[in-house]
Amino acid sequence: MSQINQSGWKPGTPMAAKDAGAHPTVTGNKALMLEEPLIFEIGDSDTYGVDLAETHTDLPSRMGDFARKSDIGLPGLSEPQTIRHYTRLSRQNYGIDLGLFPLGSCTMKHNPRLNEKVARMPGFLDVHPMQPIDTVQGALGVIDELAHWLIELTGMQSVAMSPKAGAHGELCGILCIRAALEARGDARKVVLVPESAHGTNPATAAFAGYTTEDIPANADGRVDLEALKARLGPDVAAVMITNPNTCGLFERDMKAISDAVHEAGGLVYCDGANFNAIMGRVRPGDLGVDAMHINLHKTFSTPHGGGGPGSGPVVLSEALAPFAPLPFVDKDADGNLHIVEEETVGEEHGSSFGRMTAFHGQMGMFTRALTYILSHGADGLRQAAGDAVLNANYVLRRLDDVLHAPFGASGPCMHEALFGDEGFAEGLSTLDLAKGLIDEGFHPMTMYFPLVVHGAMLIEPTETESKDGIDQFVMSMRSLAERAKEGDEALKTAPHHAPRARLDEAQAARKPRLVWTAQSE
Amino acid sequence: MRYLPLTEADRSTMLDVIGAPSVDALFSDVPSDLYLDGPIEGLPLHATEMAVEKHMRSLSKKNLAAADAAFFLGAGAYRHHVPATVDHLIQRGEFLTAYTPYQPEIAQGTLQMLFEFQTQVARLYGCEIANASMYDGSTACWEAVAMAARVTRKKRHVLSGALHPHYAEVVRTMAKFTEDEIAGAELSMTPRPDDDGLIARIDENTASVVVQYPDILGRIPDLRKITDATHAVGAKLIVVNTEPVALGALEAPGNLGADIVVGEGQSLGVGLQFGGPYLGLFAISDPKLTRQMPGRLCGETVDADGKRGFVLTLSTREQHIRREKATSNICTNSGLCALAFSIHMTLLGEKGLEGLAAENHRLACIAADRLAKVPGATVLNEHFFNEFTLMLEGDARQLVRDLAEDGILAGVSLARLFPDGDANGLLVAVTETTTLEDIETLACALEEKLS
Repeated sequence: MSQINQSGWKPGTPMAAKDAGAHPTVTGNKALMLEEPLIFEIGDSDTYGVDLAETHTDLPSRMGDFARKSDIGLPGLSEPQTIRHYTRLSRQNYGIDLGLFPLGSCTMKHNPRLNEKVARMPGFLDVHPMQPIDTVQGALGVIDELAHWLIELTGMQSVAMSPKAGAHGELCGILCIRAALEARGDARKVVLVPESAHGTNPATAAFAGYTTEDIPANADGRVDLEALKARLGPDVAAVMITNPNTCGLFERDMKAISDAVHEAGGLVYCDGANFNAIMGRVRPGDLGVDAMHINLHKTFSTPHGGGGPGSGPVVLSEALAPFAPLPFVDKDADGNLHIVEEETVGEEHGSSFGRMTAFHGQMGMFTRALTYILSHGADGLRQAAGDAVLNANYVLRRLDDVLHAPFGASGPCMHEALFGDEGFAEGLSTLDLAKGLIDEGFHPMTMYFPLVVHGAMLIEPTETESKDGIDQFVMSMRSLAERAKEGDEALKTAPHHAPRARLDEAQAARKPRLVWTAQSE
Repeated sequence: MRYLPLTEADRSTMLDVIGAPSVDALFSDVPSDLYLDGPIEGLPLHATEMAVEKHMRSLSKKNLAAADAAFFLGAGAYRHHVPATVDHLIQRGEFLTAYTPYQPEIAQGTLQMLFEFQTQVARLYGCEIANASMYDGSTACWEAVAMAARVTRKKRHVLSGALHPHYAEVVRTMAKFTEDEIAGAELSMTPRPDDDGLIARIDENTASVVVQYPDILGRIPDLRKITDATHAVGAKLIVVNTEPVALGALEAPGNLGADIVVGEGQSLGVGLQFGGPYLGLFAISDPKLTRQMPGRLCGETVDADGKRGFVLTLSTREQHIRREKATSNICTNSGLCALAFSIHMTLLGEKGLEGLAAENHRLACIAADRLAKVPGATVLNEHFFNEFTLMLEGDARQLVRDLAEDGILAGVSLARLFPDGDANGLLVAVTETTTLEDIETLACALEEKLS
């Protein structure tokens, strides 16, 4: 365990009180922590940080009466000011590059920089989506090669590459299911979703025109197979199951669930958000899954970028493959790659349910994900899943004596460890503990999800954390758990050392101020 | 493996703490007959950084990069110069490797940037409120249609025939499942958009009218006229813009009566990237409808010490709270692309954007005039910004393929976009990256091919 930090401090040594003897600064800055105004407060419409064209034209405008007559109101900054503005802002952010980011179900793993370098090769970055296909064989090659990996890793029949993110992939999968059912003249109306599912699952099913019903769980945190079987029938279009589930457990009965659903004429959607735990260890296709999205930004290390872009290819079973959306990449007899789109769709792919996005999907994420996959290879990916599961189980066992682990007896966890707030002192909550974790230099875990555990804390360390890093996190968590149980008042106002204290979210929602106006000053 | 920090000694110590004999034992819940004992056969094993880079470079070289050609493609994705500053800043780890800002105390960088972005987009579009971005222009377009249906409680949508056909196809696909009615139209190959034909299809049951500005052929519809007709029946006008640089020169749709303005933001900061990731922009004119918007919103508030700060807000609309009753199933935005857009826009400012737009238009005018002199080619458009339609005496699709062999990426043939439409149309886009030499190269090549 890390017994010492950069300052030479060791656990148990008293620390100096915050700001003791300090004079408040006139700028509000604190040395390296610089407060930064909005661009609207420091920029103006005459300033810019680019080269303006120095050309003059006598040609008449071809824009007729449509030319702009009013000002836009866009402030500009010089290039040096721009660098400072965004550099200062960036320093108020926590990222994986800085430390452990154990957000459960989000798989915040290391983002290799080789991915970034490759994505910026001119042949990938500077290529238009509608160039003649002879000029984009490399781009189609990336899609084809990545698709091959995804199919092999999941044991499925095909993959729809165009969905833009996980939820978009879910929608793709559910629309494939609806199209397949309609094609056989079977208008089923219900999708079954476990209570522990991500909110996107019921939202997606509702969007696709289905009503959703809960699937009951049993006491060990898994789907109740018998209850599910009892509910299956001619009205059930599909079940949506997350496996490993959001309690961090592998659904032992997955194959039996799939078999039962198929027997009742339905289809199985698997939320693949947690695929990182099982890649190279078990294939969803072998578990009877019909459709599963893969979050390239989780499992395959493409950056989360402060909330996107994601990328959500969907692997499909034989039953669903014919209904995949346009466009997709196909290979002719000579091995040449081409794009199947509206122009070229023909009879062969006539059952495609349509189109989900303008072009071919998140190419920039495909190059990154393929780079990551090739770096790891089949052996490395399998090892990554193993280390992810090992790290999570280590966290589970190092903390289950100080924190309530509701499913601690349900067998090994997968990639994430789940705890609840049982035993916390009156008035102290999971939120308080999470905010305390910020002061300790960590990003908090996923809070209050899944909904089935009171005050849930879902911790996913991922495989890219060192043992030292995890030990330091464990030390912090143990300290915070004790403080929460003892009722430490200081936790209620944490964080004390972050760029901001707790923010008033109620005020933000009550009087929404979503754009800057001069009155905001 | 270079991405895995655990040593064998670490693994062994950790397994002892857990009380498991091996890592494989942690997978005991996986049925043993389905558990994979070793790496999946037939797939390559791990590779060095150098080897992977080499492999990927060889794939990249099979593509013709725009910079290596005389390049004229547009149709919803435009090649613009992205200042080096943009790419440097978005690669700062604090932006690149952050998650959705659910812990605002340590995410003010992303949040303040989103607040600035929302304001920039709202102003560019002439709207009151903009969200924190969507996947891309085409999905934003569908989300706008769905929002209009929610707000008006009607389900008929009138789509302009000159809406980008991919956008129209996304809307049609989604509408099949939501049982919205899509009243489409054929594309009219006329010098001006067929605004009257569009207006004629608006009726009392109409929830929304969707019109692209400038349209897929580069023409500029008369939004004021369409607004009046749309509002007369209580419908919402959705304006789609695929080239934000155009709004440095054209009047903002919000100022012309649009209720919802959506578009593609890729032109600023993002790059071509073979179609993604891109940046969906979404803005509305009436703040009262904010709670019906899809997607993330960032709002201003204060912290416990009274300091200004920003948070994600109004999330009761969203899937993680509302589940099946959410306004959309969308979960991510396009955060890093929004950052790139916002930085580029900050570098430009008002003056820079106007200058950039003027330069695009100037070069497009030069190109249109030059290409119109090619025997067998005529410019369809009466008006345009930086993209126009060239009508050729011959099959444009084949011509595009032939010219690509000579290193000329001549544009997007209309037949690729509209398989049943006019085979002779060629969309030509011109930006500040286009040189006079490029224009001459294309003109000479067309003269040769059409003669």
